[in-house]
Amino acid sequence: MSEPVLELEVLRYRPETDQDPVFQTYTVPYNSDWVVLDALTHIKDNIDRTLSFRWSCHMAVCGSCGVMINGEPKLSCHTFLRDYYPGKVRVEPLTNFPIERDLVTVADDFMEKLASVKPYVITEEDRPVSAGEHLQSPADLNSFKQYTMCINCMLCYAACPQMGLTPDFVGPAALALAHRYNLDTRDAGREERQEIAASNEGVWDCTFVGACSQVCPKAVDPAAAIQQTKIASTVDWYKALLPWGK
Amino acid sequence: MGEVMDRRPYVREMPKSWWLGQRRYTFYMVRELTCLFIGAYALVILVGLFRLSQGPVAYGAFVDALQGPFAIAFHLLALVFALFHTVTWFGLTPKAMPLRLGEKTVPGTAIIVAHYAVWFVVSATLLLVARA
Repeated sequence: MSEPVLELEVLRYRPETDQDPVFQTYTVPYNSDWVVLDALTHIKDNIDRTLSFRWSCHMAVCGSCGVMINGEPKLSCHTFLRDYYPGKVRVEPLTNFPIERDLVTVADDFMEKLASVKPYVITEEDRPVSAGEHLQSPADLNSFKQYTMCINCMLCYAACPQMGLTPDFVGPAALALAHRYNLDTRDAGREERQEIAASNEGVWDCTFVGACSQVCPKAVDPAAAIQQTKIASTVDWYKALLPWGK
Repeated sequence: MGEVMDRRPYVREMPKSWWLGQRRYTFYMVRELTCLFIGAYALVILVGLFRLSQGPVAYGAFVDALQGPFAIAFHLLALVFALFHTVTWFGLTPKAMPLRLGEKTVPGTAIIVAHYAVWFVVSATLLLVARA
């Protein structure tokens, strides 16, 4: 009996030769414990070394191997072939991002948006190392812990139709991280982040499709973070109307 | 320095039919569409209030107009969309309004159930007031 095989359709784009991206079909050995990334690696090692794709950790931590698998944004290291076999697996670069080459996308825009929300603890005054640990209770940690799980894999950006319709939208992961630091008891940077988060391109470009939270491989809930930021920003706005508001 | 390759990033256009291919996007668009029916129903109520302000004859004509088959069909349709609107948005409330009591997070289902309870109480009160 012949070894079982699986067909992988991969969207290729070689800027030096391809005017538009084209699908190329590869036949790979089927292994029930292989993930899509294993199949891509098999292609690169044994069939076609010109195929380009990103990966690093192979354990759903680094966030670099995100691709569209049968139309759904997924980490290729976290998606088993057995969930598709004997059907075909169609692999494309993440939606809503320009294609650099094959499955590699241009992530510069996301990186800029991420940096714009200052995703780090901002303290009111510089804390010298000699001040020791900046303590926080487990209960305080729990109020934002899920948002710390974000690995910047950009699957939520590929899932969000608003990213495609309004490309200036800051987007789910960056806004979830802004919320994460705003909720951090050690942080005093909310006002700085609100300049971006509470702007039109911030939370107000979100129409609560909710797809970001559905595709997140780390169970972060960016949709929730954004809606909570909308409510807090609205409260700010009303407070500013009051004579004793600032 | 090595050879610098020409970059030519390829931007894919978003097809107009983006919301038709996937269930979650279609579901979202239907939820967005419900607002048109909610809006139209609100207009009917406003017209009713306006006719009421014009006196009993005007209001009577308005109520008569509501008995027509078109008005009944519209109201049934608006009811279906209003229910879809309500159920889907109630389902999302725990995301927008998570509740913490002390160190515990209130389960999302409790927040959803509370919304249904308030909806029921408000509706029942309105019906009682209307009958009185």
